[in-house]
Amino acid sequence: MNKIVPVLTVLAVIVVVWYGAAIKMNSQWTYDQAARAGTEVTFGTLVTDTLAQERPKLPAPHQVVAELWDTTVAKKITSKRSLVFHGWITLSATLLGFGIGTLGGVALAVGIVHNKAMDLGVMPWAIASQTIPILAIAPMIIVVLNSMGISGLIPKAIIAAYLSFFPVVVGMVKGLRAPDQMQLDLMKTYNASGAETFWKLRLPSSMPYLFASLKVGVAAALVGTIVAELPSGATRGLGARLLSGSYYGQTIQIWSALFAAAALAAALVIVVGVFERVVLKKMGMAQ
Amino acid sequence: MKKPVIDAQNVDLTFQTNDGPVHALKDVNLQIDKGEFVSFIGPSGCGKTTFLRCIAGLETPTGGTLTVNGLTPEETRKSRAYGYVFQAAGLYPWRTIAGNIRLPLEIMDFPKPDIPARVEKVLDLVDLKGFGKKYPWQLSGGMQQRASIARALAFDAEILLMDEPFGALDEIVRDKLNEEVLKLWAATNKTIGFVTHSIPEAVYLSTKIVVMSPRPGRITDVIESTLPKERPLEIRDSEEFIKIAHRVREGLRAGHAE
Ligand SMILES: Nc1ncnc2c1ncn2[C@@H]1O[C@H](COP(=O)(O)OP(=O)(O)OP(=O)(O)O)[C@@H](O)[C@H]1O
Ligand SMILES: [Mg+2]
Repeated sequence: MNKIVPVLTVLAVIVVVWYGAAIKMNSQWTYDQAARAGTEVTFGTLVTDTLAQERPKLPAPHQVVAELWDTTVAKKITSKRSLVFHGWITLSATLLGFGIGTLGGVALAVGIVHNKAMDLGVMPWAIASQTIPILAIAPMIIVVLNSMGISGLIPKAIIAAYLSFFPVVVGMVKGLRAPDQMQLDLMKTYNASGAETFWKLRLPSSMPYLFASLKVGVAAALVGTIVAELPSGATRGLGARLLSGSYYGQTIQIWSALFAAAALAAALVIVVGVFERVVLKKMGMAQ
Repeated sequence: MKKPVIDAQNVDLTFQTNDGPVHALKDVNLQIDKGEFVSFIGPSGCGKTTFLRCIAGLETPTGGTLTVNGLTPEETRKSRAYGYVFQAAGLYPWRTIAGNIRLPLEIMDFPKPDIPARVEKVLDLVDLKGFGKKYPWQLSGGMQQRASIARALAFDAEILLMDEPFGALDEIVRDKLNEEVLKLWAATNKTIGFVTHSIPEAVYLSTKIVVMSPRPGRITDVIESTLPKERPLEIRDSEEFIKIAHRVREGLRAGHAE
């Protein structure tokens, strides 16, 4: 209860500020219309008009909510205007990319921890890969893959994987190196093999680190997918909704796609968090 | 003549560090027979841990010879002859107490059906019966330390090496654990190397007390205990006990004065 109050307060403040900003930003159009028609603008008409425009600069919250309701609940999910449909397109590419990125990231981390050459050779490239802006590299990947006849889900998943593997590599390397000298020496006194040390010590030690990176990774995968949906000329996915909205000045559509993306990101992070709690609890590591 | 289990001849160890070489052990000569309880005592940094690690094959001397059962410590380690108890309990938090004790048994490929009985046996030995299903964080520090001793006992290692196992515990718990260690030793007849900072602990437990001094780490005195094998806690008020403790203290002071 005492947690709800501050959250609601912040929410209320945001909504109030938003309404104020909507009135201010959309007022120009109202004044222009009024000047053309030769009518006076009273405060009442200003408010009702600015909050009900079809293509406002900044849509009012209730407009976005109405659009969200209309495109999720009211529309059949097979419809091209259904956000659930577009959300699913984005989600499927995100999950596939996240899966690839996680597997790749874990595999790279295992290599880096066990192989000196990989430690020196791979890490700088992994870091370099993340310094290239995704906006620059995404169109290139899509064009190259398209020319090879691969389009749709796979190119988007690759870009999602490209963004999500990095936090997994970094977290997993740290996690696999988390055992201290004493724990490693203990394994040595048992004359444990490298594989046994890995399965019985390094891997379980790395679990908390892995889950921390998975949360970052899944959000990164979603960003990657949305970015990949922008330049592809695609008509499906949340990224496509964002882009087509901006082509046609459909600000309400842009904002509702944005909220859908944010909700999706939050849901994904929450799911990973629940998974984390269950696994760590099962391992006896969560108290 | 009977051959010693552990035989150190002129053992030297110099660590190469970024701030130049550190002479951790110098000219260490020591023979330990089967079934002996040997304590190492000395000020911080005199090389007690380093010597124990050399015996266990976790560190390699840079000079002299060190053999265990006539083999190199490395070879002996590979034959899984050591139960090593570290200064911190170091239990794996994702395993129950029983799971922690099972760890060496799993690694050493003990037959699966034998494992539960072994776990029960060592839990009983360290007085932790009924705690097998608990996780380490559910146990007190002293209980965790006992669990780590049980872990080292589980696979019947011939030599038990303990590095300040009770260093972080209060006096009363320590007394109790000391008694238990002696009982364990009597019951199993293992060769034990034991590092401590406490003079009473060293005298109470040992058949042989090795006094060391720092910079460079070396042995200044080796005291053969004259106490009987049967040792109630009250023995610490006996004249014999006080005499040995006095000699240890003298040894420590002499090492310090140089
Ligand atoms: N891996 C290492 N690299 C470099 N120097 C080391 C290393 N291990 C120990 N030393 C040095 O060797 C010396 C002996 O250390 P050691 O840990 O054996 O002392 P100790 O007698 O066990 O001390 P304490 O009672 O504090 O545990 C110290 O000067 C220490 O700094
Ligand atoms: Mg030490």
